[in-house]
Amino acid sequence: MSRRPLIREVPPTSWFFRHPRYLRYMAREITCIFVGAYCVLLVVALQRLAAGPEAWAGFLQGLRSADSIVFHLLALAAALYHAGTWFNATQKAMPLQVGENFVPGNVISGAHYVVWVVLSLAILFFAGVF
Amino acid sequence: MDTIRTDVAIIGAGGAGLRAAIALAQTDPTLRIALISKVYPMRSHTCAAEGGAAGVIKPDDSFDLHFDDTVGGGDWLSDQDCVEYFIHEAPKELLQLEHWGCPWNREADGSVAVRPFGGMKKKRTWFAADKSGFHILHTLFQTSLQFPSITRHDEYYALDLLVDDGRCQGLTAMEMRSGELRQFHAKAVIICGGGAGRMFPFSTNGAIKTGDGMAMAYRAGAPLKDMEFVQYHPTGLPNTGSLLTEACRGEGGILVNKNGRRYLQDYGMGPETPVGQPQLKTMELGPRDRVSQAYWHELQKGNTVTTQWGECVLLDMRHLGEKKINERLPLVRELAEAYLGVDIVKEAVPIRPVVHYMMGGISTNTAAATPLPGLFAAGECACVSLNGANRLGSNSLVELLVFGRRAALSAIEHIQGLPAPDAAALGACADATQKRIDTLYARTDGTESMSGLRREMMDTMEKNVGIYRTEAGLQEGVAKIHELRQRYGRVILTDKSKVFNTDLFQVLELGSMLDCAEAVTVGALARRESRGAHQRLDYVDRDDRNFLRHTMVYHQGLDAPRVDYLDVVITKSPPGVRDYSGDHK
Amino acid sequence: MKERTVQLEVLRYNPDTDTEAHFQRYEVVCQEEWVVLDALNKVKADIDPTLNYRWSCHMAVCGSCGMMINGEPKLSCHAFLRDYEGVIRVEPLTHFPVERDLVTAPDDFMEKLKRVKPYVIGKMKPIEEGEHRQTPAQLMKFRQYSMCINCMLCYAACPEYGLTPHFVGPAALTLAHRYNLDSRDEGRKERMEVVATKEGVWECTFVGACSEVCPAHVDPASALQQLKIVGSIDWIVEHLLPGGKS
Repeated sequence: MSRRPLIREVPPTSWFFRHPRYLRYMAREITCIFVGAYCVLLVVALQRLAAGPEAWAGFLQGLRSADSIVFHLLALAAALYHAGTWFNATQKAMPLQVGENFVPGNVISGAHYVVWVVLSLAILFFAGVF
Repeated sequence: MDTIRTDVAIIGAGGAGLRAAIALAQTDPTLRIALISKVYPMRSHTCAAEGGAAGVIKPDDSFDLHFDDTVGGGDWLSDQDCVEYFIHEAPKELLQLEHWGCPWNREADGSVAVRPFGGMKKKRTWFAADKSGFHILHTLFQTSLQFPSITRHDEYYALDLLVDDGRCQGLTAMEMRSGELRQFHAKAVIICGGGAGRMFPFSTNGAIKTGDGMAMAYRAGAPLKDMEFVQYHPTGLPNTGSLLTEACRGEGGILVNKNGRRYLQDYGMGPETPVGQPQLKTMELGPRDRVSQAYWHELQKGNTVTTQWGECVLLDMRHLGEKKINERLPLVRELAEAYLGVDIVKEAVPIRPVVHYMMGGISTNTAAATPLPGLFAAGECACVSLNGANRLGSNSLVELLVFGRRAALSAIEHIQGLPAPDAAALGACADATQKRIDTLYARTDGTESMSGLRREMMDTMEKNVGIYRTEAGLQEGVAKIHELRQRYGRVILTDKSKVFNTDLFQVLELGSMLDCAEAVTVGALARRESRGAHQRLDYVDRDDRNFLRHTMVYHQGLDAPRVDYLDVVITKSPPGVRDYSGDHK
Repeated sequence: MKERTVQLEVLRYNPDTDTEAHFQRYEVVCQEEWVVLDALNKVKADIDPTLNYRWSCHMAVCGSCGMMINGEPKLSCHAFLRDYEGVIRVEPLTHFPVERDLVTAPDDFMEKLKRVKPYVIGKMKPIEEGEHRQTPAQLMKFRQYSMCINCMLCYAACPEYGLTPHFVGPAALTLAHRYNLDSRDEGRKERMEVVATKEGVWECTFVGACSEVCPAHVDPASALQQLKIVGSIDWIVEHLLPGGKS
């Protein structure tokens, strides 16, 4: 008749199914794979550009394939989710105290979104979109 | 039974126990300190105190004023030498807490802020939002972690004191997680086990407030003093009994009856002060006993508001505004919203008086020493007597600190030159505990349900020992509690296992509460006067000639306790009139 | 007062008789406005005295009554029956060993709380000199992080703590941050030796579950991210800048 504490194991590969918040977390983490893959794609693009007009044309042709379009859609969605969750998180890491009060977190995150939009528009402008 | 050897054992790790432990560790780092509690220290009921802690610190205040407020508030039953000591130590203790990191609210210039509180002539209540007790407890607990000489025994249920050679030299306790009994051999024991408000069905008290420390001392021969003085806090939630701090009124909240009338002015606390501009020591800032008693009178007159939870009055804080409420009363707002569905910013909240604090307890002198050598006590479980017949709000949190420390210093004095405890003699005493527990486990012919007895005790206390008492009611109460104590001898322990057996703990707690309840009822019956929180419909006046004395109740086993009296120490304030009208000087 | 019959499915475990945990169903008549704790208390008083759990204040300030209610870490005194339908599943707080029924063993948490040195470190000035001056702004800097009631719901919610138990964890690290931010403290360097370690704040991957479940609005996740920044700056100063101490 004595103590025998019960240990409940955490399932190492399926713990994130226990609650929607963990699935959202894993989705956020998985987005980095797409972000990383797109970076690799950009490096490949540079390499193809340096290899001459034929290589470049072939690369552009490849971008138009069905697989490529699907990948780009997924990568765009992932990047948006990645950016959104990151911007929403920044307010936690950088509290701004003014006197006795704190700048509302939404203002800090909101500022990130604004900067993001401005930079995106600038890039599109320099790319000649408008 | 395993033995743990230590120098000083402290029972209870709330504000008083932790303060005592730190004082011991700081004064003599070579001392072995055993800090024993039936809960982890952060769970101690100190955490639920909200309003603040009083100490003279501002230039417009004086020790004389704090003295007068406390002695008058206690209806002249406080021992004035004790009050004198207390008021001088209070600001030092609060400053010590500040140095240890307590997040006291501040003025704009960075000095500590104080707020008005009931029964106090000047603003002197230090506060940390409306979670002062919480912050005090956590500051003390976290500070205690740096002292290696404090050995904590968390979740140990203290059972009996060990007495040998006329001195208290330890205790027995059960390690709750294993059910194993242990004996602690010490040269001094400090009890900081808290009050026993759970003997009533409706209180602000948490589940753990069952008077175990009081009962242990009582059974070991130390008298319980002034137990009949039970404080009703005027503003508790009508369904859960949760505390809405006095600071609600300190910040300007008003009490109205069903007709919208601020009824306190009809009971000697008028004239009516402007809404939102509370005047110290009058109207809603009158002392707790008077404010709670006013509710009872309104109830008799039919002026209370009928709600689904019973008869209430209304606490209106709407005029304070959302900003002030969020800054100073955030917990109150949360509690009312969560448990009652009332937003105090928009509506008046229904409240009623609830049992909150016991002025009485283990009798000690100003040095926190009980009549049993080697046994000390501090906090709500003790009766020094600082609070007399009625405690002023915000004196209790400081009481923990002042007398927790004092008990430690007294314990150190006591143990100088003492020989180590006689292990064999104490071991023999400890057998009594073993027998007590074995009997419960072995009993097969029990007839009494634990929860049934508990319900009967609570109903008896509510009915017979309430805000207003009568001879007939008290006699019925005394007889009933006496009967329950006898029937407790046949209580059933349903759960016979050893590991964390809360059925056992509740059975033991019931025993403690019944012992304390007997002291309360017997003391109340014997005191044929009205004073402070003890009000009798058949003896409505204060009787200084016969009762300017403390009630002392002595345990006599299963027989009725013996009642004796001890004179109150009067030094510079002879009994006067308690004047809480707006015209008082 | 309206009544409601509630069904509770409660995890039971008694080391004397059980090798595994099992569930027990209770049906109890409750008041509509009650919390799960009230239902448990009624079960214990009227139906089954052998059910074990911790509780005390019933006002969400003592931190005793943490448990899993329908898979979510909650204080049972703050889990309102009106928010639940059907059978309510009640289990002990995840990621802690189960002592008995709903009672867990919090030893690991208590040790970690102590490890981060949660007390003012520095030269103590004499009492006679009065209080440290601390403006309301300085107080507000850390006050939110001093509100932790040590209920351990954040440890139950944190998957890092579940998968890597050596993680110091949200509440303990937040308490370290609370003292780091307190203008009266001088112990930041000492604490960072415990905090800015592999098992300290660097185990955190900002899942954020801790802040979602915290009943005292402490927001431990924010404290941990701020600690990461402090830790990083410390490291840069120490290793990359000239004159940084090594």
